[in-house]
Amino acid sequence: MGLAVLRVLERAGHPAEFPAGQTCCGQPLFNTGHRAVAVSLARRTIQVLQPYDAVIVPSGSCTAMIRAHYASLFDPADPARQEADALAAKTFEFSEFLVKKLGLSSVAASCPGKVTYHEGCHLARELGIRAEPRALLRQVHGAELVEMDGVDQCCGFGGSFSVKYDRVSTAMGNSKIESIKATGAPTVVSCDPSCLLHLGGLLRRQGVAVTTRHLAEILAAENKP
Amino acid sequence: MKPTSTRFLPVADAALDSAQLQRALTTATGRFTAGRLAAGAELANWQSLRNQGRAIREEAIHRLDELLLLLEQNVRAQGGEVFWARDGVEACTYITDLAHRRGVTLAVKSKSMTTEEIALNDALDRAGVTPIETDLGEYILQLAGDTPSHFLAPAVHWNRDQVAQLFVDKLGIPWTQDVGTLTRAARAALRRRFLEAGMGITGANFGVAETGTIVVVENEGNVRLTTSAPAIHVAVMGLEKVIPRFEDLEVLLTLLPRSATGQRMSSYVSLLNGRRRPGEPDGPTEFHLVLLDNGRSRILADPEGRESLYCIRCAACLAVCPVYRRVGGHAYGWVYQGPIGAVLTPQYLGPEAGAPLPFASSLCGACRDACPVKIDLPRLLLHQRERVVEDVVKRHSGFGALGARIAGWFLQTPARFAFAGALVRTFLHLTGTGRWLRNVPGPLRGWIASRDLPKPPARPLRDLVGK
Repeated sequence: MGLAVLRVLERAGHPAEFPAGQTCCGQPLFNTGHRAVAVSLARRTIQVLQPYDAVIVPSGSCTAMIRAHYASLFDPADPARQEADALAAKTFEFSEFLVKKLGLSSVAASCPGKVTYHEGCHLARELGIRAEPRALLRQVHGAELVEMDGVDQCCGFGGSFSVKYDRVSTAMGNSKIESIKATGAPTVVSCDPSCLLHLGGLLRRQGVAVTTRHLAEILAAENKP
Repeated sequence: MKPTSTRFLPVADAALDSAQLQRALTTATGRFTAGRLAAGAELANWQSLRNQGRAIREEAIHRLDELLLLLEQNVRAQGGEVFWARDGVEACTYITDLAHRRGVTLAVKSKSMTTEEIALNDALDRAGVTPIETDLGEYILQLAGDTPSHFLAPAVHWNRDQVAQLFVDKLGIPWTQDVGTLTRAARAALRRRFLEAGMGITGANFGVAETGTIVVVENEGNVRLTTSAPAIHVAVMGLEKVIPRFEDLEVLLTLLPRSATGQRMSSYVSLLNGRRRPGEPDGPTEFHLVLLDNGRSRILADPEGRESLYCIRCAACLAVCPVYRRVGGHAYGWVYQGPIGAVLTPQYLGPEAGAPLPFASSLCGACRDACPVKIDLPRLLLHQRERVVEDVVKRHSGFGALGARIAGWFLQTPARFAFAGALVRTFLHLTGTGRWLRNVPGPLRGWIASRDLPKPPARPLRDLVGK
């Protein structure tokens, strides 16, 4: 998935680097109430990403962590607060960057047949990114985007929620899988690797012949006529 | 109602196993949400109404001290009594003492989560005053010895057949599935109680400071009877329910019913200004307003948690919550359910008693989008998670937060991160063959019970392209 992101960006004439100094944005710790640890990870993430003009994140929920929550981790008097704001202003989710910043109007990718799109909650609800991934999918050669019922419903991943409250998480995921199956699409695409990990695990366990793909993997597939 | 919030998981599991409950929850929450969306969509200014509602509630909580004194003054000016109750015990004692002084042995009640919060029925029973719930849902629960699972539709977990059997057993009517017949049986049993009761007890949706008006919304007419037939009316109001001006009701009485049931207006809206006045033919001869703190001023003192006091109890967040819709209200273990319950319960009862609740959410944010006064429920859930970690996890076990500290240590430098990644990769590659794992020991048990786990790639991205 990471290589696919780099390939798509390179093909779009906008090569990107993977800063080896990065670790984790801290969202899992922030979301489980471990604020102090999350603050220290946010500080180092801000430093590691400081030299870059733009930061592209192939995950809606990591993007939301940086854009919607980083600033709240720091006291207004803390210089890190301004750095967090500056990072938020130059951080983009992958599909958002392609559409809004690069104005990508055609993609050299091919994926014949139906695809359905799973909307991550943080991407759609916290960042309001709903149109961009769909616009890109519609440009994929041969792909027919079929919307699923209840597309705005959470898939049930929720980080540690998926392990601590595993039966509730699974029940939510199963509803999502019914919606996916009803589209008849053999591929479900998302901008959130963690939703895909959860949905993919459920689909695989239940023997459902639907594969999960990050949007970047679809866009990276060569258009071979 | 006695709190059992710490037992979230077993109750949730039982709910997931009950096909009847799953059907009831899906139907009811689906109906509520469809109604809310339709009722909001027909108003062009719905979003601006939400902003206005938010501003009114912000102002009310910001000016709480001053507005409550004004409310008290205006209620007294109309001949009403006002009692400030620090907690549930004080509130219950005031009401039972009043009943004793007036020789009341029977009290009718309309639906009120605030009186559930202070376990008023138990207190009345102990004091020799029989409480009769007159809201149909609450009446069903009282007959059955059950507790509410939704603060709008308290008996949402009951279906028609169960009510039919309950009425055969408790009211002695022949078995029938006809809802009309069942409702008439309850009505007949309740009607004479209104006339016999010496006291009527209600909650309050709003208390208007500038006019001393107590507002109660309902659909069954039982509030009308509760507040007019008995000689004494007692309204129990959480002190956050005060609003500044009468004209604020234009906004709030638009937002509340549309967000709650999808109704343009509730069947009945009672605006109550004190007791019967000289020359009036009916109405109670005494009116008592019990202003209940019970932890609310503590919530007010917390700038991070204060926003939860804006809630107008429409239950829209319950209906859209994918967790509530599957586990039902009893899993939340107390009076308030769903996302707002997961925020309120640990604040009222302490982080220990409500510890599992803030974590019982995928943080999807559907609640924030549905809330008519735009409460940022995910932010409040995160705040309560932090409080649970600080006050419960760290205090009770030296190891409680160790996992997070270890994780933080490994994530602090790329070398440690890469090392941890290598450990996990090696472990997972030793665990099984093939690309997908079906059996992983240790902390991932909860995952692997229902989901396969893909093996990580042999080499991480940072090894391939890291700069």
